Amino acid sequence: MVEEIGTTEQGDLVINVGPQHPATHGVLHLVITLNGETVKKVEPHLGYIHRSIEKMCESLSYRQFIYATSRMDYLSSHINNHGCALAVEKALQIEVPERAQVIRVLMDELTRIASHVLWWGAMAMDIGAFTPFFHAFREREMINDIMEETCGARLTMNYMVPGGVMFDLHPNFHRRVKEFIRQFHKKLPEYDELVTGNAIFKARTRGVGVLSKEDAISYGCSGPTARASGVDCDIRKLYPYEVYGKLQFEQPLATEGDTYARYLVRMHEMRQSLSIVEQLIDNIPEGEFQAKTKAVLKPPKGEFYSRVETARGEFGVYIVSEGGTTPYRIKYRSPGFSNLSALDHAVRGQKIGDLVAIMGSFDLVIPDIDR
Amino acid sequence: MWSFAQLADTIHEGLQASLPPAWALAAEMTIVGLSAIGLFAMLGLVLVLMERKVSAFMQIRIGPNRVGPAGLLQSFADTLKLLVKEGITPDGVDKFLFNAAPLVAMIAAMLLLAPIAFARDFQIWDLNIGVLYVSAVSSLNVIAILMAGWSSNNKYSLLGAMRSGAQIVSYELSAGLSVLTIVVLAGSLQVSEIVASQADGWWIFKGHVPALMAFVIFLIAATAETNRAPFDMAEAESELTAGFHTEYSGMKFALFFLAEYINVFIVCAIGATLFLGGWMPLHIGHWEAFNHAMDWIPSSLWFFGKTFFLIFVIMWFRWTFPRLRIDQLLDLEWRYLLPIGMVNILLVTLVAILGWHF
Amino acid sequence: MDATAWPALARELRTRDQLAFDYLFCLTCVDWKTHLTMVYHLTSTRHRHHLVVKSRLDREAPSIRTVCDIWRTAEFHEREVFEMFGVQFAEHPDLRKLILPDDWQGYPLRKDYEDPVNMIKL
Repeated sequence: MVEEIGTTEQGDLVINVGPQHPATHGVLHLVITLNGETVKKVEPHLGYIHRSIEKMCESLSYRQFIYATSRMDYLSSHINNHGCALAVEKALQIEVPERAQVIRVLMDELTRIASHVLWWGAMAMDIGAFTPFFHAFREREMINDIMEETCGARLTMNYMVPGGVMFDLHPNFHRRVKEFIRQFHKKLPEYDELVTGNAIFKARTRGVGVLSKEDAISYGCSGPTARASGVDCDIRKLYPYEVYGKLQFEQPLATEGDTYARYLVRMHEMRQSLSIVEQLIDNIPEGEFQAKTKAVLKPPKGEFYSRVETARGEFGVYIVSEGGTTPYRIKYRSPGFSNLSALDHAVRGQKIGDLVAIMGSFDLVIPDIDR
Repeated sequence: MWSFAQLADTIHEGLQASLPPAWALAAEMTIVGLSAIGLFAMLGLVLVLMERKVSAFMQIRIGPNRVGPAGLLQSFADTLKLLVKEGITPDGVDKFLFNAAPLVAMIAAMLLLAPIAFARDFQIWDLNIGVLYVSAVSSLNVIAILMAGWSSNNKYSLLGAMRSGAQIVSYELSAGLSVLTIVVLAGSLQVSEIVASQADGWWIFKGHVPALMAFVIFLIAATAETNRAPFDMAEAESELTAGFHTEYSGMKFALFFLAEYINVFIVCAIGATLFLGGWMPLHIGHWEAFNHAMDWIPSSLWFFGKTFFLIFVIMWFRWTFPRLRIDQLLDLEWRYLLPIGMVNILLVTLVAILGWHF
Repeated sequence: MDATAWPALARELRTRDQLAFDYLFCLTCVDWKTHLTMVYHLTSTRHRHHLVVKSRLDREAPSIRTVCDIWRTAEFHEREVFEMFGVQFAEHPDLRKLILPDDWQGYPLRKDYEDPVNMIKL
């Protein structure tokens, strides 16, 4: 704190946003320098919930370490697990049965919708509208119920295993997802009515927190945050994994790079994910849901990297194997960490109210940043 | 027919008959004071419950439903909790101002009850500049907020208070101008006369477009003046945690909370009085039979019905709209509402002089 | 790759047209007990090719030049590597601890790091 106060000019106000603050959705600590209402500088102080998952994983076996990642980005825990499972499969060259692939993608997209729906509510709440949050939870609850039936958990699903998924689908799965698709088709226009077209919302978000394409690339942004600036960086499209290559879906792009663009991209992404679910739900192939694997996994010596697209952006898993039963070193490239580094750039010169809106549009999940 | 006015008269005569005049006056004042405080507390409880039920309705929830039948006693339980909570005064605050601020907020809100006509001939103080009095006293509220924000020794509180100061001072103008339109039409500042002038129809219907515009501007300005969403810059909980009352707890916080709701009630009551005829039943011109039928509904019901309708509208705003940013908020006032209000007052003067209203 | 050659190489990778590696998506370090290895994962949003650059560092006094003027995302990643592995990034504008408390001793992600309170030996 001391050096920050030292660098501020007379008349500046240094305030701590967080570690406990309603807008940070967790324990993010931002030290912001204000001149009146205008933000001059934002400096994140991290680590309040750092658990050093990377170090923990070094002493967990190749089957166990996958589940530690559920605790990183808890809103897309399924996709994090997926990334780890892919890395292990790549190392061991396991062929995943088609049924398992489809189930994985289905679950990924449902998770993505659930995450975006929650983000939608939270973003509206950041800007001061409380009601959307509850409407968002109505739909999220349906997905959580679907997850609970099949995976046995609602938040940290732990459904992936190297080589497939842990259990087969629940008999109700098909019917429930159909029901959800019907409901969500009805509710999406309602979302638009409530928030997207609102004049105050537009006034609050248009032209606010602009991130140019060059900046987005340079700051290593990914996911909807970067796509709103015109960077086509959807891993599902560029480097398709599982059955994504065979699916019809768009990668929503915008060029404005402001908060409203980020909002629209995410809204559009929900529609795309819904269409993926629709394409797959009636075409789940019969067969094994898990490949036959050895009880103890011992990947060969070497380094393996896998990338998946989570709800927040690109999630990378870098495994260094020494040939033992536990990884020698694991690095998780979490999307939130890189996106957060662009926050300062986007917020400078904006009002303090915009800080909250921009933070909301970045969709930061703090355990994902802290790891 | 039984009415509040008769009740007041009966008490007045009874006291006059049994006590010397000075004592009777003192007794009457005590009764008025106690009932004002009673009304105050009741309003607080009812409005908090109403807010929670309305928000629950908007948010597909049930709302409070555990304490008492359908959760009706929830506010009592909350009040009890706030009463027994420790009132923390943090180190480093300006103790005198810090403790005085909630009281100032409360007293300012309480003073506003005086000129409001709750029913036919039932008013605490029918002073001849009633409307002016309301505009003057309602600005006292900003002093309480500035006191609270400054004395809290907290940066969030200070920011919230400064925002609120800028906001209330600005929106006072629009509120004043829209009130003036009705004053021009009614030709009086006295609340009872303004109500009486609406005996053949409410101003919102009689006053053509200017009255309607004034009503809309009044609603916006009233929402802003009471610091409620979408203009809740002073609290802005996602930005400034709780704004000016971040450091307050227990009963002191409750007083601010109560004052906010009383202010909502007052501005809605004023709005109902000026634009919707106060306690005056819905009368249409000279349709005697219709007017007579409407008179069967007690005047107090008319007044509270209209007021609570406006309160509902303001709550509806709160649970639907996102919050504006401070510069947009001031833009809205100085660039749009104020010029519109000024043109509107010219229009309404023309209407009044030429006698175009009904 | 040698640590001293890194600054020139990085600039070359970023600026030359056929390379145009503009997206640094992962930056980390691995402790090999005898030495440290910096690992840079690069990709190009124009040509869609990848590159992994590794640099061997001395374990006792690890030091390499920062690349956060070339890829700005490196600023945070390098701060993380600095506190977790103790790598000194020369010319880094703001090399302070990012995640750990300011008074933290040692480098937690190194293999020989012992913390009797927070670590449970399996």
